[in-house]
Parts: sequence; structure tokens; C-alpha cells
Amino acid sequence: MDDTVILQLSQIHKSFGDVKVLDGIDLSVRKGEFITLLGPSGCGKTTTLRIIAGLERPDSGRVFIAGKDVTNEEPNRRNVNTVFQNYALFPHMTVEANIGYSLRLKRVDKETIKKTVSQALELVQLSGYEKRMPDELSGGQKQRVAIARAIVNQPAVLLLDEPLGALDLQLRRQMQVELKRLRARLGVTFVYITHDQEEALNMSDRIAVMRNGKFEQIGTPSDVYDRPKTSYVARFVGSANIVEGTVLESDGQRIAFRSQGAVCLVAARGARLSPGEAVRVAVRSEMVDLTPYASPELPYSGLDAAGGNPGDSQVGLQAVVKEKNFAGGVLQITVSLADGSELVASRHGIDSPLVPGDKVRVTWQPERAVLVDLEETP
Amino acid sequence: MRKKARFPGIYLGIILALMYVPILLVIIYSFNESRINSVWSGFSLRWYRDLFRDKDMLEALINSLVLATVSSLSAAVIGTLAAVGMPRVKLRGKSVVEYISTLPIMIPEIILGMVFLVYFSLIRLPFGMITLTVAHTSFCIPYIYMLVKARLVGIDKSYAEAAKDLGANEWNVFWDITLPLILPAIASGVLLSFAMSLDDVVISVFVTGVNTNTLPIRIYTQLKTGVTPKVNALSTLMFAATLLIIMLSTWFGRKTTLSVKRRNT
Amino acid sequence: MKPEALAKTGEPRPGEPTSREEGARKPTKRRDAMVLSVLPLYVFTFLFVIGPLVYMLVLSFLRRAEVWGVTLEFTFENYANILKPVYLKTFLESLKLACLTTLLVALFGYPFGYFMARQNAAWKRRIMVLLMIPFWTSSLVRLYGWIIIFRANGVLDGLLMALNITNAPLKVLYTYAAVVVGMVYALVPFMIFAVYSSAEKLDWQLVEAARDLGATPFQAFWTVSFKLTLPGLLSGIVLTFIPSMGLFFIADILGGNKVVLVGNLIQEQLMKARNWPFAAALSVVLLTLTSIMIALYRKISGVKDLEGLV
Ligand SMILES: Nc1ncnc2c1ncn2[C@@H]1O[C@H](COP(=O)(O)OP(=O)(O)OP(=O)(O)O)[C@@H](O)[C@H]1O
Ligand SMILES: [Mg+2]
Repeated sequence: MDDTVILQLSQIHKSFGDVKVLDGIDLSVRKGEFITLLGPSGCGKTTTLRIIAGLERPDSGRVFIAGKDVTNEEPNRRNVNTVFQNYALFPHMTVEANIGYSLRLKRVDKETIKKTVSQALELVQLSGYEKRMPDELSGGQKQRVAIARAIVNQPAVLLLDEPLGALDLQLRRQMQVELKRLRARLGVTFVYITHDQEEALNMSDRIAVMRNGKFEQIGTPSDVYDRPKTSYVARFVGSANIVEGTVLESDGQRIAFRSQGAVCLVAARGARLSPGEAVRVAVRSEMVDLTPYASPELPYSGLDAAGGNPGDSQVGLQAVVKEKNFAGGVLQITVSLADGSELVASRHGIDSPLVPGDKVRVTWQPERAVLVDLEETP
Repeated sequence: MRKKARFPGIYLGIILALMYVPILLVIIYSFNESRINSVWSGFSLRWYRDLFRDKDMLEALINSLVLATVSSLSAAVIGTLAAVGMPRVKLRGKSVVEYISTLPIMIPEIILGMVFLVYFSLIRLPFGMITLTVAHTSFCIPYIYMLVKARLVGIDKSYAEAAKDLGANEWNVFWDITLPLILPAIASGVLLSFAMSLDDVVISVFVTGVNTNTLPIRIYTQLKTGVTPKVNALSTLMFAATLLIIMLSTWFGRKTTLSVKRRNT
Repeated sequence: MKPEALAKTGEPRPGEPTSREEGARKPTKRRDAMVLSVLPLYVFTFLFVIGPLVYMLVLSFLRRAEVWGVTLEFTFENYANILKPVYLKTFLESLKLACLTTLLVALFGYPFGYFMARQNAAWKRRIMVLLMIPFWTSSLVRLYGWIIIFRANGVLDGLLMALNITNAPLKVLYTYAAVVVGMVYALVPFMIFAVYSSAEKLDWQLVEAARDLGATPFQAFWTVSFKLTLPGLLSGIVLTFIPSMGLFFIADILGGNKVVLVGNLIQEQLMKARNWPFAAALSVVLLTLTSIMIALYRKISGVKDLEGLV
């Protein structure tokens, strides 16, 4: 990966009628990078991709590909190719004709086309399928042909709109691995759309989390997962718990804040907050510790004394175990807090000694919690 | 319960059989020795021999075939181009023109025949093959236009987008994607228009010239004035031709349905 | 988030490069080329559909010249003429015949289309082919078949007399009944196709659901299937009623000159009496009737195109 910017979007706005779909999108993608757009349904991911491909025109804003302003260029004059969500394989052409289509348009000679197509098919592990018609292929095979068709032209950027969305879980895992391998071999820049946060975290160099036509946060997987900037990102990417409170004091390293009558801690990470300010803290469920609530609570006696360990009874929210669910390989324990809101802690293993009705204290390592929704200070 | 389930089949069978009775009678009596259609006096091919010697009849047949071919093909060009172009142009009153262009198959044929008669004499178009072609084209266009339009609606627009994405311009998209995909619709439109043109009496009677006969006009005059079993023979041959066309088109149809079926599994 | 986004829509965004024009210029060249593709249709429609129809309308208000052609004189005479008893009677007779035909066509055609849609795919295809063959066979050939059947001492008489049901020829040809049979026979396929195309789309599970909820077979049919196939039936009615006013050659051939339709009247006025303005007025009235029917159909069924037209 080098540092040249291959794709740049600047201040893209787009409305359909009265519906504002994109509201000021800025993005730069470096050559060879794998960037994923992640966001809930209807947030404008596909629209962004279509604007890059030239299938949709922005109301305002600019699109640059390899330094060239292509905002007003037709799709056929842009060096990007798309893998469509529904594949869009031409139903009246063989696999070979589908993959060779863009080369035929460029009037490449037949021999070269044949060779290139068979290489592309080999790359997606479909050698020997040249003469099949699209409706004679399985979903996964169609997907591979669609990818082969899009890469045969050696585009500067490959756009993929939920390419694995229609596949079952097992096939999806397998295709994820193959896409990674393909990318390593081709070195093509990927702009990838997915709903699936796991897929995004697993495959991307960077993730752009989208919400209502804007990017909420753009960063590496560990940025968005471990250091979400907003409660929205924290919830969407790591399904984190959000705890609200007011600052008690700060020693530069950690911040103590009061929430629901109890005291909690969070790593400051350079944030300067003064007592009395409202804060929001994100804690992912696997970071939440639950301690049976035996020892009487000790009064809070300042940051120096409070260690923030599970055993430290000066901090922690009081809660009651509500229910236990085993899902996705982890045990999720839902507890309800004093004000009735809920919080989830997850554990490996199939069961825990805690039973619904147990009183527990909720704590976490301060450095595992993240301050979110901070006002940007320029 | 079982009886009830059998009734629909019986009903369908009876109605279908009734539809064939008149046709079968015409065919049977075409091989009749006698001139009279109700008395069977022995097998003979004499009416077929007579038919092939009838120059007027052959001329009418050729006229009809030329007319049907020219009308359905010109309608195919006009109708297809319009069906493809209409959704993309921004012209005022577009939907009104679209509606009016389909009127020829909505209004009674007799009116169409009558307005063409008076209009053609107003603009002094010579009555004969030219007027027949214009009139027939007018009612062939709507069939093609509507069939192609319906097919276009069914085509996923992402095919065109994918083609553009792969470097196709509008022209490439039309030739490589749209046209092949609407070809079956054009073909069935042409087939339908061809049959309609070949069968038309009402409009043709009005717009034909004194010296131009089409097959239906000829048969019509014969039916009115006095029939010889020559008409039976002719009808039998026309029926055979129809049968052949239908068999061909269902065979093509079968091929496409098969591939559709495969897609669904 | 919502209010924020809303608030933002009104104010100008400082960072935005410039106005719409720069961001997205619509390519106009492509549009111009596209206009060429609809040009033939436009030209044809203006020259050979709108032109004739407008002329018909104009003609219907002109006075007939003494010997030949028309004079440029405005008059309502032609429309007044229609109200003359002799012509009015034809109009009403024609309407009556059209109604009777349509009723019979619906009676025979609706169950056919409905039952056909309930067959399995293979049978549907077979029945469709069996329907297409007579439908595509020249209508004159089929008409001729009926002449053979109906004529005096023809097939029907022969059959009836052989079975001793009658002992003298019935001479059905050139009667009202013969015309009705001929019309119904010619038009029933249109009804079948229309009903079939809407019954085909019917989700039969709805009928099963109705049965499951306690409906008798008839109730289920009436409340679910019939309601949902109504557009097809209505379309079939329009598609049979309109032509049945004008199929003059059927009345001609099977009815002799005993049955006179509006169609026959128009043809006669045009070809024999050469009273073109009157023929035009008749056509205008017929066309108005037709348009009202189509408009009614659209209003009731809420569908734009007639079901099963092509
Ligand atoms: N052609 C269009 N006309 C009108 N509205 C549109 C059009 N295309 C998209 N939209 C609207 O724009 C919004 C964003 O659509 P978009 O397809 O970009 O969402 P998305 O993030 O890709 O969603 P998903 O994950 O469901 O695919 C949606 O509210 C959608 O209804
Ligand atoms: Mg999408």
C-alpha cells in the first residue's frame, strides 16, 4: 500500500426528492486500501457507492479518481468497477461472455480475451465454467463470476455492495477468506459495503461508520472497536453499553464520575473535563465485571483510594441480575440498574453461578471504558 | 367431492371441443367430392387442384403475405424504438401520445376502417397496398409497443448499470443488453401482428383499392356470394399454416420457459 | 439527530463547492438522440391516428353535398339524424345484441378462464396451445364452419333429423340466433384470456385461508376469488362489448340482412349511400360509448391497461 490517494470524495450531497440521503460525505482512500462502509439499512451506503461508480450524480460535491475530477464523467469513462449486490450477471450471456464483456468493448483481440477470462476464472476458482449460463450457477458461483467480471478490467478501485449478503454463513466465511486472498494477489483498492460488523472488522484496513448520510467515524478496525468516538459507533460496532453520569474529579489519567448514585471510573485519554460536566461512557459487554454484592458498600474516598478493581467496593453500579442468554458462543447476562435501565455483560462459557434476582456490583477496568460523544475541541 | 374436482376438466374439454367443431367441418368437406358441403360423396383432392389454378386467389394470398410482413416489420421498428425511447425522453404530453398511439386496438375496427377511408381520400393517398399497409401498421404498432414495454419493465435495471460500469456507452447497452433481452417480446409481437394482419377483414374492406384483394377480402366476398369447396381447401391450408406457426412459437417458448425454470431451482 | 439534520437543510453550507449546476450537469446530447427513437411513433401517430380521428370529428359536423362529397357547412343534422326512429332502432338493436353477446361470452368464458388457471402448469400450457390454434385461425374460416353447420339441410339439421328431434330443416342460418352464436364464438377467447390472466395471478392460498376460516366453497369463491378476478372479467367485458357493436361481417354472413348492427349501418352509409358525414357522426357516437366504457373500466378496476389485452 502506498500513500497516493486513489479515490477522494469531497462534500458530497445528494437528495432524492425531499429526502436528503447524503449530507456532506468526505472520504479519501489510499491506493491498495480496503475500506468498508458500515451502517444500518438506508443510511446511504449504496448511494455513496453509486456516486463513486457514476451511476448516480451528486447534487453537489466532487469525486476524484486518481487525482482526476470525474464528477461529470459517465460510468463507462471511470476506471472503477462494481460487484453488484444482486450480481447483475447478463442472463443472455455465458460466463465467458460476461467476464469478457468489458474487454470486448475495448476491442481487445479474441485470443487475449480468452486468456484473460480463463485467468480470471482461475483466480476465483471457477476454471472450466466458461460455457455455463448465469442461471446454471449457484449463488456463490454467481458471486465469483461477478467478481471476476469486475476485476478483469483491472480497475483502480473495486466497489463491492454487500457482495456476500445473499450467501449463507458458511459460504460467507469462505468467501471472506477468498476475497482477502484475492486482494493480496491483485493489490486493488476495495470499497466494500457490509451490514455485518464482524465482516467489516475482519476484512478492512479502515472502516467508515455511516449514519443518516454522514460518516460518524472513520478509522482502523481497532479505532472504531476499541476507541469509538460516539455512543452510536460504540453501540453499532461493539454493541457496547452506554453509561451516563457527571464528572466528580479527574487526575489526568482517570476520571471518576457519578452515575445513578454510584461512582464509576474511566480512562481520561487526554480528555480534560471539569467536575460537574456530563459524560457518556461506552463499555463493551465483555469488559463488564459482575461481582456478587456481599460486602457493604464503602463510601467513595477519592480517586487515589479507588483502584477500580472488581474487589474494590468503592466503585461500581448496583444492579440486579435479570436474565441469562446463551447466544453466539457467549453467555449474556442482562442486569437492571437502579433507574430501570439495562446493561449487558458477556462471559465465555455456557453458564455462570449468577441467577436472576442476584444482587451484583457492575464494574470495569477504567482503561477498558471509553469516553464518547465528546464535543470536538478544535 | 371427487365429482366436483372432475367438473372443471369436463367443462374445459367441452368448450375446447366446441371451438374445433366448425374448423374440423371445414377441413373434412375440403376433401369432399361433391360441391355441396353437407353431402359426403367421396374423397377427392379436386378442390385443392382448383385452388392452385385460381390465379386471383394466389394473388390475394401473396398480397396478404406481403402486407402482413411489411406491416408487422415496420410496426416492429416503430414500436420497439418508441418503447425503448419513451421512458428516457422528456417531452410534454408524452403519455397522451402514448395513449393515442394504442387507440387503434382499443376502438372498434369498424371506426378505424371508416376514418381511414375518409382520411385517405382527403389526403389523396391511392387506395391499394399503400393504404392497406398504413392501416395495418397502425394496429400492429400497439401490440409491439405494449409487449416490448411490458418486457422492459421486467428487466432489472442493474443489467444496464452493470454494462455501463464495465465501460459500455448507451449504444452498447442497447445492442448488447437491452435488445437481446427484449427480442422474445419483439418476436411474439411480430407474430401476433402478423396473424392479426393476415386475418383482418373489417379494416381491409374499407381501405383496399378496387383492384387489390387480400385473402380475407376474397374469402369474405365468396362467403357472401356463393362458396365452392375451394374455400374449404384454402381454409384447410391456412389452418395448417397457423398450426405450424403455433408449434414453432411454443417450441421457442418452451426453450425459454425451460431456462426460466432452471433459474428458479 | 433528526432535528439537527432538519435544521441544517435550510442554511447554506459553507463548505459546499458551488451550486447545483456545477455539481451535476445533465447530459443533454444523449436526450436529443433519444428523441429520434420516439420520432417515428410520434409522426405516425399524428399523421395516421390523430389526423383521421380529428377529421372524423370535423366531418361529422359537415353537411353532405348533393351529389358527391361534403360541403363546408357546419351542421348538427347528422347527429339529429341518428335520432330518427329507423336509425335509433338500429342503434338500440345493436346495443341489445352487444349486451346479449357479452353476457353469453362472460357466462361461457369466465368459468373457462378460471378453471384453466387452476390447472397445473403442464395442463395450462396445453390448454393455452389448444386455445391459440382456433384463435389464430382466420375468423372467416371459423365463420365458414358455422355456415356449414347452420345452413338449411346442413350439419345441424342433418344431426337433429337423424336423431329424430326435428323432422324438418330448422334453417338456422340467416337468423338472429346464428348471429349470436357467431359473435359469441368469435369473442369468447378474449374473455378467456382476460379472466385467465387475472386468475393466474391469484394466490390460491387466499382461497384456502378463507375455507380455513369457515367459508363454504361458494363463499370462498365469491368473497375472495371472484373479487380478485373482477378486473379480468371487467376487461373481458370491455374487450367483447366494443367489437360486438362493429363486427358487421358476422351479421352480414350469418344473419343475411336480417340483423343490422351499427357496424352495418356505418358500412352501408359509407360504401353505398356515400353519406360520409352521417357515417362519421355514427362513429363519433360509437367511439364516445367505447371511451365511456374504457373510462368506467379504469375507474372501477383501478388498472390502467386492459387485462389480457396482449
Ligand atoms: N432512486 C431513489 N429514489 C428515491 N429514494 C432513494 C433512491 N435510492 C435510494 N433512495 C433512498 O435513499 C436512502 C439511502 O439509500 P441507500 O440505498 O443508499 O441505503 P443503504 O445504506 O445502501 O441501505 P441498505 O443497507 O438497505 O442497502 C434510502 O432511504 C432510500 O429509500
Ligand atoms: Mg444498499
